[in-house]
Amino acid sequence: MSLDMPKFSDLDALYSTDDAKVGTSMYEDPELFKVEMEKIFRRTWVWVGHESEFPDKGSFKLSNVGLEPVIVVRDRKGTIHVMVNRCRHRAATVCEVKKGKTSSFQCPYHGWGYGLDGSLRALPYPEQYGDDFNKEQHGLQRLRTEIYNGMVFATFNEEVEPLVDFLAGAKKWIDLFMKQGGGFPVKVLGEHQFSVPMNWKVQLENTTDAYHFPVVHKSFMQSLDGQTEEMFEFLETGKGFVEDLGNGHSVMVMIPELVDLDENLDAPIPDRFQELAQELRDEGYPDDQVRKIVRAVGGAGFNLNLFPNVACSMAFFRVLTPKSVTQTDIRHLALGMESGPASANRMRLRLHEHFQGPMGFGSPDDAEVWERVQRGTVGGGELPILVNRGMVDEQQGVDGPRGHISAETGMRAAYHMWKRMMSA
Amino acid sequence: MNELSKIDTATLLQDVSQFLWQEADILDRKDYDAWLALWLTDGFYTLPIDDTQDFDNTLNLCHDNDKMRRDRIERFQRGFSISSAPPADTIRTVSRFVIDKAEGDVVVRSAEHLIENKFGRQRVWAANLTHTLVRTDQGFRIRHKVARLLNSAGMLNSFSYLF
Ligand code: FES
Ligand SMILES: [Fe+2]
Repeated sequence: MSLDMPKFSDLDALYSTDDAKVGTSMYEDPELFKVEMEKIFRRTWVWVGHESEFPDKGSFKLSNVGLEPVIVVRDRKGTIHVMVNRCRHRAATVCEVKKGKTSSFQCPYHGWGYGLDGSLRALPYPEQYGDDFNKEQHGLQRLRTEIYNGMVFATFNEEVEPLVDFLAGAKKWIDLFMKQGGGFPVKVLGEHQFSVPMNWKVQLENTTDAYHFPVVHKSFMQSLDGQTEEMFEFLETGKGFVEDLGNGHSVMVMIPELVDLDENLDAPIPDRFQELAQELRDEGYPDDQVRKIVRAVGGAGFNLNLFPNVACSMAFFRVLTPKSVTQTDIRHLALGMESGPASANRMRLRLHEHFQGPMGFGSPDDAEVWERVQRGTVGGGELPILVNRGMVDEQQGVDGPRGHISAETGMRAAYHMWKRMMSA
Repeated sequence: MNELSKIDTATLLQDVSQFLWQEADILDRKDYDAWLALWLTDGFYTLPIDDTQDFDNTLNLCHDNDKMRRDRIERFQRGFSISSAPPADTIRTVSRFVIDKAEGDVVVRSAEHLIENKFGRQRVWAANLTHTLVRTDQGFRIRHKVARLLNSAGMLNSFSYLF
């Protein structure tokens, strides 16, 4: 951390834990943003990809850890590495292809060549650096990288706790989420990307916000068949809940019947999946497998929010990348079944297109209200932002406080962690 | 090329341009019922992400059959979608027509430039369009329209209108 970094000594004014009020400058202060990038995004585990995006030796993809561009790549031995996309000579990016397959990374400027593990392999005319030039000290900057159930995380912080400890109460929810493979491994099928003029925390809040759903997504609900619409009326039924899972993570259970996709396999197949079920039967899948696939195809009945940048949401990953204090990039990665039936994966693709992305029936309305938050905070700087909803009847859950499905418990969990990291 | 086919080609180009300009005007005016009427029931409206023709088995920005097109238009029209009430205003031009196929279904490629305005902020978009058009008694009808945005696989914004 640089010495001239401002100190935010009054963190209580930014987030007051007792009454769950967020200060307006949390979305607006560029100095605060710089400190967040340092104290949060450089110090904790940040999601950079899913294993299925790196199927082969040499498969790579560009990603970000906070503001910093990184390359995620699988080496010849199968290990996944994450390294900063910056040549160790004079800083040129060594890769500008978004994803692909390669055997090495060669800097376009003076030709330094790096292996898949980031090590400096060769450079033109090395004599001019003298005999004591040590190639081993000039590899690409590597981040600590750990994987949990296919989710690849990286961090600049060598001292941080192991990933499994950081994930804590969220681990079992990740395991449940991955059951949507329907007996096949979960695979990223593609992604939607859009940028929104908002602070990254507006997004962090939203994945654990059921309160907005019937309002913002009314037009999406109207496009559903009656049975599915009923399923999405989770605020009406109020059967779900939001629980703080520790370390800033939280889960929002919208449809309790769809928490464990291996259960209730003999429940009747919903109308909207009847056609798919028939297709699978026609393809020769036995009845129990048809039921398992069809039950999994709509995704999990919950959103798992992982601090600070990824959510496992029904049938996709939602990833946020802060760009500036008022700009955040969003990626929605569609999930499918690796070597599973093409018909089921097609259904997943169409379901994803229906709600998500720049042309979805859901995301554009989300993007609009997120931007409206950012525009609204220009006025009334002394007014607090309220995330106190549902504090009145919060109970102790399994891993932390548990509130009503529309409670802002998950936001409080995230802000609690935010404060912990910012005061460290 | 003999004189007669030269005239045929010129006429087809004129007919096709007229149709695409009419569609562009309809989309800028957001006269969506008129737009729906331009389609064949089995038609697809696709905004791809990747460089592929296998739209069914790939993630797209949208890949609408008749029902999805109608649902999409209904969403725009009913006034419950905050991003489309009001939507961004758009002004577009379509040009650089190239007829790839003149026999049977007509396949025409074109360039679309669109400027949107919302919150006083203007954004510029460009797309390669490919229309597959069927000749009917009422004029052309669309069997397939593919709008491939520049940077379709990159970071975009959300859209409250059609390309
Ligand atoms: S900057 Fe990469 S080789 Fe010179
Ligand atoms: Fe939403």
